[in-house]
This record gives sequence, structure tokens and C-alpha cells, in this order.
Amino acid sequence: MPTMTYLQAISDAMREEMRADERVFLMGEDIGTFGGAFKVTDGFIDEFGPKRVMDTPLAESAIIGCAIGASVEGLRPIAEMQFSDFVSCGFDQLVNVAGKTYYRMGLSVNITVRLPSGGGFSGGPYHSQNPEAWFMHAPGLKIVAPSTAEDAKGLLISAVRDPNPVLFMEHKHLYRRVKGDVPAGSYETPFTARIAREGTDLTVIAYGAMVHTALEATADLDGSVEVLDLRSLVPLDEEAILKSVRKTSKVVIIDEANQMCAAGAQVAAIIAERAFEDLDGPVVRVATPDVPIPFSPTLEQSVLPQVDDVREACRELLEY
Amino acid sequence: MATETARTEVPPDVTEHLTTDDRTGLLRAMLMMRGIEERAMTLYRQGKVPGSFYDGFGQEAVSAGATWAMAAEDRLCILHRDLAAHIIRGVEPWRIFAQYMGRADGITRGRDGNVHFGDRTKGCVGMVSMLPDMMLIATGMAMAFKLRGEARCAITWFGDGSTSRGDFHEAMNWAGVQKLPVIFILENNQYAYSTPLDQQFAVNPIERAAAYGFPGVSADGNDPEAMFEVVRAARERAIAGEGPTLVEAVTMRMHGHAAHDDMKYVPTAQVEEWRAKDPIDRQVRRLEALGVDTQAVRDGVKTEIEEAVERALQSPQPDPETVLDGLFADEPSLLEDGNAPWSGFRS
Repeated sequence: MPTMTYLQAISDAMREEMRADERVFLMGEDIGTFGGAFKVTDGFIDEFGPKRVMDTPLAESAIIGCAIGASVEGLRPIAEMQFSDFVSCGFDQLVNVAGKTYYRMGLSVNITVRLPSGGGFSGGPYHSQNPEAWFMHAPGLKIVAPSTAEDAKGLLISAVRDPNPVLFMEHKHLYRRVKGDVPAGSYETPFTARIAREGTDLTVIAYGAMVHTALEATADLDGSVEVLDLRSLVPLDEEAILKSVRKTSKVVIIDEANQMCAAGAQVAAIIAERAFEDLDGPVVRVATPDVPIPFSPTLEQSVLPQVDDVREACRELLEY
Repeated sequence: MATETARTEVPPDVTEHLTTDDRTGLLRAMLMMRGIEERAMTLYRQGKVPGSFYDGFGQEAVSAGATWAMAAEDRLCILHRDLAAHIIRGVEPWRIFAQYMGRADGITRGRDGNVHFGDRTKGCVGMVSMLPDMMLIATGMAMAFKLRGEARCAITWFGDGSTSRGDFHEAMNWAGVQKLPVIFILENNQYAYSTPLDQQFAVNPIERAAAYGFPGVSADGNDPEAMFEVVRAARERAIAGEGPTLVEAVTMRMHGHAAHDDMKYVPTAQVEEWRAKDPIDRQVRRLEALGVDTQAVRDGVKTEIEEAVERALQSPQPDPETVLDGLFADEPSLLEDGNAPWSGFRS
């Protein structure tokens, strides 16, 4: 089984799908000759040509709107936002067109929007955001957020084949930092949660880069800690969440996103509503406070959940 | 036969591409649109149409003429004052009434109201209220046609107010850069809700087309044949790979923005001036000069509408048990071809 970085796995997924299905094509800013701001599509224009690796004007609403138009005609566009932050300029097309068209008119919108997201490298307020919760609140959009190279490939292939709009949150800080075995060829990863590490005393729930923070933070704790990698935010795997919480009775939920109404807030609500009797302690959240992501490394590290923050939260809860 | 006197009253023939049957078909579509909307307004006042009600009284020629030029495999993103487009593509009137009343047999099964519908089986996408979002959808459809090398085109309608928003620019720019087979119909009906043109833009938007690298053409939006001819030419251009066209359909919104709007902000003289240009009256005069029995067309439309209302009233209310259904698709469910009655497609 080949070893790939998270970034290579994303490229590999697109290459596989484009080779197998001529309906699949790419749209985005600087993705062609330049190969993308992060080089995810490096070399694609040579293999697939400029028609299927389409450099677009700087216009996020047009990228998403035109992807929707092409999809209702039977194509399967993969649209790249150069940074997930810029999806705010395409918000309306996603929320009001992509998310509502099937419910209103029975017309399916088979688009995948890739959203390089997350902080940790001094990207500042406009290149570090985790905007997934904006879209969790908008019915009709699926949202996935892989943490491993294997899942990055499988979830992206599933997203491209899904006849619905799927937002693919790819964490920039994992691009070259995370490596792993990735099956060759084509495979789909379901939009369900995955147990990243089994445990019995406490559950840490996370997704994306925070899965790695959780694994590192709890590796040497005095207690058996389960780490649940959500992988998919919409649909949210409620049964996997409840099963783990019922087993361990203690839960820490991590969000790299700003804490207000974040994905973790919804997870906490589900646990409060459906697993209250199973809990042996308060639901604990570790999340980024509600400020823009600052530029300075010291400031940024002070707001993004760090390994020590998670370790301390878990230690306190284990002792509760 | 046209008499000498009648000929002077008849507007000059604007196109050689229409048979008498085509011309009658245009009248019929406009009468159907006006008849359905007038009847629906009555249903609204009787409390049978929930929400509000929007109509296109006086603007019937814009959608009728433009849609008449579109082929079965073309695609339409339709605005709320363009009911004739749906009618020409083949949506049955009873389903339109069911749509207005929020019934289970409406095009959106009660999920959306008013003219916010598009029958995907007729190649139509319904409007989104964030105007002009649909310009980008039509542009994306045209992009798909170009990618696959297909001789097809997409068309969309939007109002004068829409030209102020960014999606107008993004769609015009992208369509111009890629020379896409798309037709943009700027339905200039003088008011965006209550806002007149001189508060909407400093430069007539038709002049902006040149800035995006393609032609802008103004047409008499109260003449279905003028609209047909301009759109037919724009379609030819699109199919030939020469790129988009911006068409300004100059018309007037003769009713308020919606049922609640008494339109006090519009000078009476302006309404009266446009009343004299009513598109249905003009088409009737034109056809009578050709010896067509327009009263028979009216009678047929009236009967069909009454039958449609009766049938729609029998349609059940949607079942609340189903309200969560249909958020996500299990299988692709795409656009299909619609009716294309123009004689030019049959020869």
C-alpha cells in the first residue's frame, strides 16, 4: 500500500475520479498552470487539459454558481476555494441555491466544494478560518472533514459521487504534516464517524486536525481514552457519538472553530438530550474563543486548542 | 385579410421566421399567462393562495417571445414575471394553480410558493429570490454545453434591480471570458419594487455588455415577435460559438411588486402610457389583420383555465408527515428536455 501525505491523497482522489469519469472536472483560481495555491492540482492541466482543469476569474460566487449550473446538466464539478475563508463570497450560492434546489424542485446538485481550512501557521484572520458551522446550519449541504490521508482520499471520492452538494473541509495544516498508507485505486469512505483509538474511561470527540491534537494529548494519560473522529459533520453520526459516550460516560469535545454554535456545540446538545443518564461528569468543550484568528504565533497559539489544553481538560474530567 | 386601414394600425412585421400558427401560439401563451394570473389573484383574495402573489401583467411578451425561440434541449432559468415560459415549455395550468395554492401536485409539492418553481422535466429551473443568482446557474449550464461540444444554449431572465448586485457582474464576466452560449434577458420594467431606474444605475446596463466583450441589444419588451426575433438571433450566435448576448426587454410592471403593493410611487401618466402598449392587444390586432379568429383563442384559454382551477382545487394539501423528505437525493435527478413549439424547429 503506497504511503502518501494528506495532500497527495487528495490529489490522488481527484486523479482517480477524473480518469474514470469524464463528467468530473475542476474549477478554481490558479489551479491550472500554477497547480493551485497549495499545489494540490500540480500537473493536472498536463494530464487533463485546460477544459477539465479550469482556471477561473477571481469570483467565488461564480465558481460555485457555475458549478451548480454544470451539475444540473449532468457534470460532476469539483470547485476549489483557494482558502475556505473565501467561501463567504460564495455563501449565497451554496446556502440558497445548492442546498435548496433538490428540496424545492427535485433537481439534484452534484457538486463538491473543496475548502482548504484551519489555522496554525500565522495565516491571520482571513486565511485560518474553519467555516463548517456556517453551513451545518444550512439544510441541504453535506460536510465532511477528514483527518487522515486514507480518509481524505476515500471521502473525496464519495463526495464526488454523491448526487448532493458536499463541502470537503481539507485542513491546510495536515497537508504535508500527516502521512499514511492509502489504498491504491478507487474506494469510497462512508460519511460516518471512525474510532481513531479505542478506550473505556473517557471519549474525546474531534474532527480534522484536532483528531491529531486529541491523539497526542491523550497518549500518556492515566486512563483509557477513546478518540472519536467524526469525519462527517452533515450527516452527523449520532449513533457513534452516543455509543462511545455510553461506554465511557465522560466526554471532551474539541473544536478548532470558534466555539459559538460550532459543530461541537451540536454534539454536546445531542449528548445532553440523548445520553444525560449515561454521563458521569459534565460535558467539557475545548474550542477557539470567539475572536478572529490572530496573526502573531503567540496570539494564535493562545486561542487555537493546543495539546496541553486538551490534556488538561481530559485529566480534570478523568478525576471528576 | 388585412385591409388598407388595418395595415396602418398593425405594427410592422418584425420577423420573417414566424408562421401564423407561431403568432397565434404566442398570443395563446400570453393569454394563458394573463388568464392564470388573474384567476390566481382571485384565489388569493379568497384566501386559497397563501403567502403573497406576484404577477407579470403587461410583461407577457418578454417570456413568451423569448421562450418561443428556444429548442427542446435548451435550458431556462426563469424569473417570477415570466409565467409564459413555463406554459410554453409544457407545464400544465392545473399544476400551476396547485403550485400557487401550495398543494401536493404543485411543481414544488408545497415546498415553495408563487412562481418560485421550475419543472426539471421541461428543462426549467425556478427562480431563487436572491436576484440574480440564476444568471450564474445559466452560465454554468452553458459551460457544460461548451465543455461537451453541444449545440445548445441557456437563457435566463432578471430585472433592472438585479444589475446592481455582484452576481450580475460575475456571470457577465465569466460568460464573456469563456464565450459561453448563454442569453441574458434584462427585463427592464422600470421599477425594482419601488426603486426607479435613475436610483438603480448611472449608466444603462445594456451599455455594460460591451465592457464584458459581447453585444447588448434593446428590444421592445411589449412585442412578443420583437422579443422572439432578438432572442432567435442571440441563440444563433450562441450556437455558432460566438458567445453570449445581453438583451434588454423594455417593458413596464403594470401591477405592484406583489398583491399588497398599491404602487402609489408610480405616476398615473406612466401607467396610462404603457397601457396603450399592451402586448396582448398588439398581438390581437396583428392577428386579426391576418384573419385569425382571436376570440376563439380567448374562449379556448378561458375554458382550459376554469378546468385547471377545478382540478387544482381537488389536489390535496401536502402531508406534514413528508416535510423532511427530499432534502438529499439518493440518485441523480437532472434536467430533461421541454416543449419547443416554434415551427422553425420542425422544418
